[in-house]
Amino acid sequence: MSDPRLASADDPPLIALRDITLAFGPKVIQRDLSLDVRRGTIFAVMGGSGCGKSTVLKAMIGLLRPREGRFLMDGEDYWGGSEQRRTEIGRQRFGVLFQNAALWSAMTVGMNVALPMQMFTALDAPSIRRLVMLKLGLVGMEHAIDQLPSELSGGMRKRAGLARALALDPDILFLDEPSAGLDPITASRLDDLIVNLRDGLGATVVIVSHELPSLFAIADDGVFLDAQTKTVIAHGSPSVLRDSCPDPQVQAFMQRKHYDVGAEGKV
Amino acid sequence: MAAEAHPTWRLIYTTNRDVLSLGGDWIAQSGSIPQFPPDCLAESAAGRTIAFDTAGLGRWDTGLIEFLWDAKRTAASAGLRIDGSGLPDSARKLLGLLPDKLTAPGSALRRRFRPLYELGGKTLSTLAELGALAELLAVTTRGAARSLTARARMRAVDLLANIRDAGPQALVIVGVVNFLVGAILAFVGAVQLRKFAADIFVADLVGIAVVREMAAVMTAIIMSGRTGAAYAARIATMRGNEELDALSVVGIPVTDYIVLPSVLALAVTMPLLYLYGCFVGMIGGFAVACAMLDITALGYLHQTLAAVPLDQFAFGFVKTVAFAVMIGVTSCRIGLLAGRSAADVGLAATKAVVVGIVGVIAMDAVFAVIADVVGI
Repeated sequence: MSDPRLASADDPPLIALRDITLAFGPKVIQRDLSLDVRRGTIFAVMGGSGCGKSTVLKAMIGLLRPREGRFLMDGEDYWGGSEQRRTEIGRQRFGVLFQNAALWSAMTVGMNVALPMQMFTALDAPSIRRLVMLKLGLVGMEHAIDQLPSELSGGMRKRAGLARALALDPDILFLDEPSAGLDPITASRLDDLIVNLRDGLGATVVIVSHELPSLFAIADDGVFLDAQTKTVIAHGSPSVLRDSCPDPQVQAFMQRKHYDVGAEGKV
Repeated sequence: MAAEAHPTWRLIYTTNRDVLSLGGDWIAQSGSIPQFPPDCLAESAAGRTIAFDTAGLGRWDTGLIEFLWDAKRTAASAGLRIDGSGLPDSARKLLGLLPDKLTAPGSALRRRFRPLYELGGKTLSTLAELGALAELLAVTTRGAARSLTARARMRAVDLLANIRDAGPQALVIVGVVNFLVGAILAFVGAVQLRKFAADIFVADLVGIAVVREMAAVMTAIIMSGRTGAAYAARIATMRGNEELDALSVVGIPVTDYIVLPSVLALAVTMPLLYLYGCFVGMIGGFAVACAMLDITALGYLHQTLAAVPLDQFAFGFVKTVAFAVMIGVTSCRIGLLAGRSAADVGLAATKAVVVGIVGVIAMDAVFAVIADVVGI
């Protein structure tokens, strides 16, 4: 495998989902889901509440095995391999920001960010400390390095969670609702950070969100999931969907208009 | 992947600006990222500009940003201006997100160790805690009294669910432990009493020990570890999720809604478990005695009935009710006091068990003294 950063735009997609069906027990969340995430893009998974956005993310980061379909990660069958292989891919390539940040509450913010480095790199303690400071500095949280997660506000926890996701310089960042609960200034700073991380570090970003300003500002591709039909109803970047998607639900979502679920026939 | 070139840097002083020239690969995980020497810019007069030359720069990630941030902070403290135009676009933007100087992290205050201060503080907080416990007990008792007239904000469903958790589901473990305790007492007694040909008195020993002490204490210890810990953990988790805040905003008193059914459930089930424990414990003693000694089953039963008058049961019963209320109230109180993180939930559960067990033994000692004075 060559260096992923040297790849050109018309390479095969970094992540490809093919006819994926996701379900918890008998309850189907999404079916026949197909999408391509191209390398170096910021890919948005959009949709109303409860349509399965976070579940799709769960399948991508290895927490939920799809009932059917294939998930190709850099051409490799992700769910077909061993669990050990999945863990390895996850550790080397994935950085995940969970919806509620999921900081380890028994550790300080600094230790949260340092733990992956201590476990998986050969760096010495001072180097780790400097890197931790840097990652926290990038999200504007360097002052909280010795604080416990319980002492932080929701937005600060989220930013600390992002710093932890960046700990091992992942090349794919999965962000679950990164700007939900943040004030507009912090949110736009976070948008800048995500774009710059993508540009600077060649990372690919998969972002689950329904924050329209963020989506329009940063996402260059995406899918729109529907809770009713339980599948993808539109492909494309948020601004393209806003300007030219004929589906009334997508239009309502993108323009923040009222929409009666089930009132209109599917397009 | 090409071999990594070692990261190199040079600072070139020109007439109008300092140029920081970077070369090689700057990969954070290589562990070879240099530190920007803090005194490096000391000779540059304030107001000068520092620029960058990245012609020789190879691959880079956050390792480069780390070094640049060092340089940026040093330059800022020396009063130099930064001209980032020589940097790769995205590196410049990432650098732009980082502050010019580190705000000192809010360090944990290290107080001096002052023994008297600590002792006084601990004493006062213990007293305050006792007061708070008494208050919680009083509020719960009042709630219980009101619940008799169905005016407490407690739902029968919650009480029944708590009773089911604390009662029937504890039968197996309470049974096993009490059976074994009865059996162990019979073993100990049999070995000693046989020396005096007083075999039959094993029945007295087992009967009185189990009914007066062992069944009550063992049941209380099991329930403290099983149910008390669960109460503390549950309430602590609810606190962490702001569920308790939500309850009080809606106007449902936490004591009525959560503490009362918990304490009542224990107060109802534990005495019953105690009686069951007595029964099972005596069966344990009976089994061992019949197997080891030359006693008839009927003789053992007869001796037991004669040895254990009903007031012994009453004594144990009253003790168990007191243990139950103590375990319920302290466990709930510990849960209410817990912090909001996952670790705090664990601490609360541990503390509930420790306080419960120590409390049970201590109360049992008090009961023993009272019983001696009163002559039960």
